Parts: sequence; structure tokens; C-alpha cells
Amino acid sequence: MTSVSAATAASPAYDDDIVKLFFTATVTWAVVGMLVGAIIALQIAWWPANLGLPWTTFGRLRPLHTNAVIFAFGGNICFTGIYYSMQRLLKTRMWNDTLSRIHFWGWQLIIVAAAVTLPLGMTQAKEYAELIWPIDVAITLVWVVFAVNFFGTIAVRKVGHLYVAIWFYMSFVLTIAVLHIVNSLALPATLTRSYPVYAGLTDALVQWWYGHNAVGFFLTTPFLGLMYYFLPRAAERPVYSYRLSIIHFWALVFLYIWAGPHHLLYSALPEWAQTLGMVFSLMLLAPSWGGMLNGLLTLKGAWGRLQKDPVIKFMVVAVSFYGMSTFEGPMMSIRSVNALSHYTNWTIGHVHSGALGWVGMISFGILYWLYPRLYRRGLALPGWVTTHFWLATIGIVLYTVSMWAAGLTEGLEWRAIGADGQLKYPSFLDIVAQLQPFYWLRLLGGTMYLVGAIMMAINFIRSAGARGVPVAEPALAAR
Amino acid sequence: MAQTDGQPEGFHRRLEGKGALFAILCTVAISIGGLVEIIPMFSAATGPEHLEGVTPYTPLELAGRDIYIREGCYTCHSQMVRPTRAEFLRYGEWSRAGEYAYDRPFQLGSRRLGPDVHRVGGKYPDAWHYEHMRNPRSTSPGSVMPPYPWLHEDRLDPADVRASVVAMKRLGVPYTDADVEGVPAQLRQQGTEIVARLKSAGITTDPDHEIIALIAYLQRLGRDGRAAIAAREAAAAPRAAR
Repeated sequence: MTSVSAATAASPAYDDDIVKLFFTATVTWAVVGMLVGAIIALQIAWWPANLGLPWTTFGRLRPLHTNAVIFAFGGNICFTGIYYSMQRLLKTRMWNDTLSRIHFWGWQLIIVAAAVTLPLGMTQAKEYAELIWPIDVAITLVWVVFAVNFFGTIAVRKVGHLYVAIWFYMSFVLTIAVLHIVNSLALPATLTRSYPVYAGLTDALVQWWYGHNAVGFFLTTPFLGLMYYFLPRAAERPVYSYRLSIIHFWALVFLYIWAGPHHLLYSALPEWAQTLGMVFSLMLLAPSWGGMLNGLLTLKGAWGRLQKDPVIKFMVVAVSFYGMSTFEGPMMSIRSVNALSHYTNWTIGHVHSGALGWVGMISFGILYWLYPRLYRRGLALPGWVTTHFWLATIGIVLYTVSMWAAGLTEGLEWRAIGADGQLKYPSFLDIVAQLQPFYWLRLLGGTMYLVGAIMMAINFIRSAGARGVPVAEPALAAR
Repeated sequence: MAQTDGQPEGFHRRLEGKGALFAILCTVAISIGGLVEIIPMFSAATGPEHLEGVTPYTPLELAGRDIYIREGCYTCHSQMVRPTRAEFLRYGEWSRAGEYAYDRPFQLGSRRLGPDVHRVGGKYPDAWHYEHMRNPRSTSPGSVMPPYPWLHEDRLDPADVRASVVAMKRLGVPYTDADVEGVPAQLRQQGTEIVARLKSAGITTDPDHEIIALIAYLQRLGRDGRAAIAAREAAAAPRAAR
């Protein structure tokens, strides 16, 4: 990382130790979460990898993978970026250091509790909300601690106006609290088991209102906030349009929350709710692309850096994948498209183009940008960053293309009807057999992505040792 | 922040200086959609349609359902037959909202790595499920499903099942006090019936094994609904003929 230049030099007034803690946790959980992903991808391609043990079967590890990548990796990178940028944007130290530590250690304990309970089969079986009720209570408490510290810091800020990144962070803090509490309302039967207060389709609607907005407000709005802080800094360009950021922020947070029922198209959910879900999902395209364009156009005049600065490479690919998956999402919300794509691997491909492409790539960009600024050291293996970038990019392409192919294959064959009016492929298992090559290809793509993340972790570890080149303070020119 | 400094003074610019007001407006913006979609679900007129004849799960079926949840079956199997001709041919009668009245949590699923199971009840004999869970490839060559041999060894705890029934009753599922007290007896009775059917297929096992509960649940899936739909359509038929 020789292109280190613009940064607000860390003032002793800022608490960067908490940022370092979250940084370390991010890298650790990224590797763990993606490793579990590769394991379950292997299990689909080759069932003996389930090992015949209760705690290693796909049904128990799949929630571990989703929770680890969303809340452990995704959560920790959000907190890393928020604690770093917020102090600088508001020109003040976090309001309360103790609350910051409680937030950090509480969140990591929740992750460890998840990693223990999910393989033991302790689950509420609602996607991305599987964790059992005592952990749900802990999440609520830790989130309140975070929120108090967050708003406390805003209250003691030394600047007048809240920058656009802070608006997005705010929507994250508030909405996740609402979603988590409403969706987790349940009556405990035992210490580890509970039943939701909602039944049947109502439970389904509440869950997908939560589930889709976990994507919206855990994997989108905080990351847009991070984009608004870190992309202009890495590019050394101001945000393209202030006006666009206002319009797309309010449109995005208002529209996103309606989109959940698109997960229940053609289900027994009342028709009006399905229609609302579809219509609002389509409208969501506009503010999503508003964010993408504001990000990409911020690079206007800085495209030359794309060739030499790997941080910019990661960020450009991230924002491009954000645009692509927020186009694909609304398309998949159209009932007739959804009739084909729903229940298939296409959905898995869509999720991963967002998760690997947008969330993962912007996170890697931020981590590489932050490292020299946070630790005052250059990377021991700067060449590896570009290798990581290409492994990840090619890995995503292999992943999404194989899942599109698998999804279209199964989707079309499930519903194919012959001239005799009967199913053309009556054997479900025959269709399963055809998907095998795609599953291996997906595993290859996912493994490449994982190897890239491991290379990043090794790079940071090596840089911390003797091989890391100390970066002098003036090199990180203050802006 | 250089990026927003020098921005024209306007309503939004002033709002950016008021953290609390910004947070309140943000909360309003993110609340409207959820309120509009969730509240009508609790009204009989706009919520999920009721289906007469759907009954609560027996204690053994409920225990089986908890095993289904524990093993994460929903990560590969849906319980929602969509109203299309192909799904009708492959799985049977399409799923109605009223069939899920006692499903807490719902188990519609989002992925079909394996087939939909909402109409699996009665599709195969008990012995098929017994063998399938022990070795999926013995009944379904080429299946990618993992084996679940521990279900054939681990045993149900009646006190644990009772706790589930008590919680469900508190949530409004129409179990009586007698149902709660009768949990151990009901478990034994329904379990013994399944064991007897397995025995006639040459399988010897005990009624309190977890696999028995799972079989009870799987054999129950979609049957109430199918009968209720048939009854409703039969009742509607004479009127339609007129």
C-alpha cells in the first residue's frame, strides 16, 4: 500500500483501539464464516461431507454460515467502519468507551454462543433469526448499548451537520432494533426453545419483513454509509451529488421496508400483501441505483487510480455488483419471474452476488484502506492484495454463473409439462443429479473467494510482525 | 466534512443539524411499510384465510415438528405447494393459508434442494420414512440428503414435549388441561400405533424413539388441509351446480 495519502490523521482524541478490535474480529469471522460456506457447498455436492454426525449436518451448519457471514463478518465490518468514521465525521471521541467495549465483547460473545448453539440444533428456524431466545435477549441488550453510545456521540458532536454516512448508520441502528424485536417476539417453552407469537402466514410475513430488511438495513444501508465515507477518501474526490444522496436515502429507507412479501409470491399469503411486496420491490430499483450512481460518479476524474490502487478496484467492483444485484432483485420480484426462480439456486446466486460482490468487496476495500492508517504500518505483502482481488472477482463470477445455470435448469425442469399434459421430468432426483457439475463449480468459485480472504488475513498477520513497514505519520497526510 | 460544506441552506440542510428530529423522521419512514403490511394480517377480513377442519398437532406430531426444526429440514425442503399445474402434478393440492393455523414457527421454507413436503403425509408408508431417515439413498437413489441415524437411537423426553404443549396452549392453540396432563399417555398411544405398523413391515423399534415422532409429523403434513379442502369443495359443489 504505497498509495497511502489522504486521511484524517488519527488524533489522540479518537478511540482507535475499539476500531482495531472490530477490525481483528472482522477478519477472523470473515474467514470462519466463508469456510463454513465452503463446507456446506461441499456437502451439497458430496453428501458424505455431512460426516454422519448431528452437529455437522447441512441443516445445522447452513444457519451457522448465514449468521456468521451476516452478523459476525458483516456486523463487525460495519462496526469497524462506523467507529472509525463516526468519530472523524463528528470530530469527537465516542461518547462512552465502556459502552464501546461492552458492545464489542457482547457482540463477540453472541457470535460464539451462536457457533455453539446452532450446531447443537438449538434454533428458532426463522432464516437469519435462528438464534434461540436467550441470545435474542442478549442481542437486544447489546444493541441498546450500541444505540445509546451512537446517539450519545451524535449528541456531543463538534460539527453542526450530520454527513450522509451518518444518516445511513442511523437507519441501520434504528431499523435493526425494530426488526429484531418485532420478529423475535416468542414465548419460551424451555431455556432453549420458544414459539413465535405469530402463527402460519402471519409468522411468515413478519419473518420476511424481517428477513428482507436484514438484507436492506444490515447489508445495505450501513454499507452505503461506509461507501459514502470510505469511497470519497480512497478516491480523494468529493461525493458526486449531495442532492442525489438526500433523495436516494429517504426513498431507500421508506421503500425497502415494504419489499418483504416478495419472498412469499405464489404462497398462500393474502394476494394484496404479495402485490405490495412486488410493486415496492420494483420501485426499490430507483433509489438503489441512485446510490450506485452516486458511488460510481464520485470516481469521475479518478478513474486512472483504478489501474494502480487495489482499494479502488475492490470498491468499484463492489458498487458495480450492488447495482447488478439491485437490478436482479426487483426483476426476481416480478411474479412471473419469481414463479421460475423461487426455491431454486438462482436465489442463492442472487444473494451471493450481493453478499460476495457488494458486501464482501467493499469490506475488503475498507480493510485494506484502513490497515496502514490504523496500525501505522504498510502491508508486508502488497502484491497479494491484487491477487486477492482477482481471486475474489473470478470466484464471484464462477459462483453466480453456476448458480444461475443450476437455478434455470431446475426451475425449468420442475415445471416442464409434455404434450401429454404430464410432467416432463417427474423424477425430482433426476433433476438433482443434473445439478452436480454446477455444485462443484460453485464450490470452486466459493473456495477461490475464501482463499482470497485467507490471503488477506495472512497479509495482516505478517504485517503486524517484523515484515510490516512502519508508515510515518506525515505519509498519511491529513485532509 | 468538505463534501457537504457549502451546501445550500434548505429544509434538509437544517434537518442535518438536528440529530433527534432526523432520527424520529427516519423511524417514521421505516415504520410505515411494516405497519401497513403486518396489522391487516390480524384482521379476519384481510388476514390469512381460515380453513375449517384443520386441527392442532398431537403431542407426538408436535415433538416431531420440533425435531424437523432442530435438524434444519427447512433449509432444503419447502412446505408450500404453489398453485400451478406443474406443482399440482408433482406434489398435489396447492397449499392454503388456513392449513398453517397452528404452525409456530411457519416452515414454508425458501429452497428446494429436496422436494416440497407439504403433501408428503400419507404418500409413503411409515417404514419408508424410517429407512429414508437412516439412509436416504436406500429409498431414493441419487439423493444428496444426509443420513440421520441418531433419530433411531435418541429418545423423547415426555416432560420436554409437555413443555411445548403448555407453551402452545398459552399462545392460544386450543389444547385443554386434559390434553396437557395426557401428554405422556398420548405420546405412548400414537407411538405404539406407528411401532405396530413398522413391525408389520419387519422393523422393530420403540415408541419413544425420536424417529417415531418425526414419522408422526411427516405423515400428518398436509392431510388435514387436503380433507378440509375436499370437504369445502364438496359443500360448494351443489351450489355451483344450481
